[in-house]
Amino acid sequence: MDHIFFFYFAAVIATTSLLVVALRNPVFSALSLLIMFFHVAGLYVTLHAEFLAAVQIVVYAGAILVLYLFVVMLLSIKSEERYHNQLPVAGLLGVMLCTEVILLFIKSQTSRMAPAAAADPVAGPGNTEMIGEALYSTYLFPFEVASLILLVAMIGAIILAKKDINEPVQ
Amino acid sequence: MEIGLRLAVSLAQIAAVMGVVMLTVMVLTLAERKVLAWMQDRMGPMEVGPYGVLQPIADGLKLFFKEDIIPAGANKFLFTLAPILALVPALIGFAVIPFGPSLTIELFGMQIKPFVISDINIGILYILAFASIGAYGIILGGWASNSKYSLLGGLRSAAQVISYELNVGLAIVGVILLSGSLSLVKITEAQAGGFWNWFVIGWGGFPQIFAFVVYVISAVAETNRVPFDLPEAESELVAGFFTEYSGMRFAFFFIAEYANMILVSCVAAALFLGGWNAPYPGTILGYIGLDSLAWIENVVWFAAKVYFFLFLFFWLRATLPRLRYDQLMRFGWKVMLPIALGNIVLTAIAAYFFPR
Repeated sequence: MDHIFFFYFAAVIATTSLLVVALRNPVFSALSLLIMFFHVAGLYVTLHAEFLAAVQIVVYAGAILVLYLFVVMLLSIKSEERYHNQLPVAGLLGVMLCTEVILLFIKSQTSRMAPAAAADPVAGPGNTEMIGEALYSTYLFPFEVASLILLVAMIGAIILAKKDINEPVQ
Repeated sequence: MEIGLRLAVSLAQIAAVMGVVMLTVMVLTLAERKVLAWMQDRMGPMEVGPYGVLQPIADGLKLFFKEDIIPAGANKFLFTLAPILALVPALIGFAVIPFGPSLTIELFGMQIKPFVISDINIGILYILAFASIGAYGIILGGWASNSKYSLLGGLRSAAQVISYELNVGLAIVGVILLSGSLSLVKITEAQAGGFWNWFVIGWGGFPQIFAFVVYVISAVAETNRVPFDLPEAESELVAGFFTEYSGMRFAFFFIAEYANMILVSCVAAALFLGGWNAPYPGTILGYIGLDSLAWIENVVWFAAKVYFFLFLFFWLRATLPRLRYDQLMRFGWKVMLPIALGNIVLTAIAAYFFPR
């Protein structure tokens, strides 16, 4: 049963990720990204990480992708000029990634690792409490650093966007 | 067999809840017009049925039989998808709302909770997640219509929903801190034993009255109701994002708006006003020895609280003029957000020193 769900989610994630870059209309690209976010959340649910699943949808689907759509609609991008001559770089990166995946596959075949224990449901307190505990004790420093980086990005965006008050209006 | 039976019970529960929600939407369409009419010293709809009570049926029939027009140049696929994307998230949130006490009954050897479809441990986050998806219906509807008014309405709505969703999320953090759970069932149970235990008063903790006010105002903004109905401002944008919609597709947007109103009212009742708990300890039916019927009293209290909020929506509509767009944004980010953040800090300190 678990495997059926996994393969369904994995197949849809792979297909929609391809569609994001393959579709000609940017609004449809954004929509297939939305479907992908939902299926990633579904994958989290099958791993008993409900909190992550909900946060995935709230943050990515609910906030970030809406902003993407916002920009796409405001600019009303047409479908020409899609790849901006990125093919050589993209090809190089693609080949590297493919080699990596193949190497990993060969390695896992030889070492005969057992499938990850993640399929076991987390016993005891719910995963929300577990994440909170880990985030605010073991990983407190990286967590604070990450929030600081986000703060810097936010201040940078405000400074870039703000107009000088004393500057005369053109 | 087991799984089939469970599925059947779940489907029956879903059908029952959807039936009640749809019935409430019907009642609300009439109630809104009647309440507004009374507040403005008019009669309201009086033609269909005695005292106009059959008006919702007439409206529904009219919308059902209307010609379905897709404007030229519209994106047909998205134009069709948008109303569905608006309606489904509005209805799906009711899955985690506890309408009554958390009894479990035995049926064919299965444990069934009759008053909540699914008690998941991230209930309130689940509702927030799907509420944020509702914006897609509005934005895509506005874009797919290929009309300037619709596009402007959709864009306004996107900015507004994102801004106020943040405030909704932050306003409920205080309640989560006090109750120590994300499950709406557990949050409601934590408020049992009289109105002084409701989180809006919060005896023995920190009163969530500020969070309550922030939540209610943000909820009105998130459902695009007056005075925050800028996405559909009829005096500026004709009808905003659904200008080009007609017939059943329009009805979908309409039902979604009312279902969203009911959903945010249910959440407000469950989080701040004790959900199905009566304002006094226990239940009167329980005291006079009718313990098996006590759930009726609880469900009635829940309905009363929800209808109070729904009345508030109409009341605001009759009272307040629409905000300007810059006022709306300034109010959301510079007034509501600091209040919500301050409330979190104070509640966290109170929860640390006076653990419940």
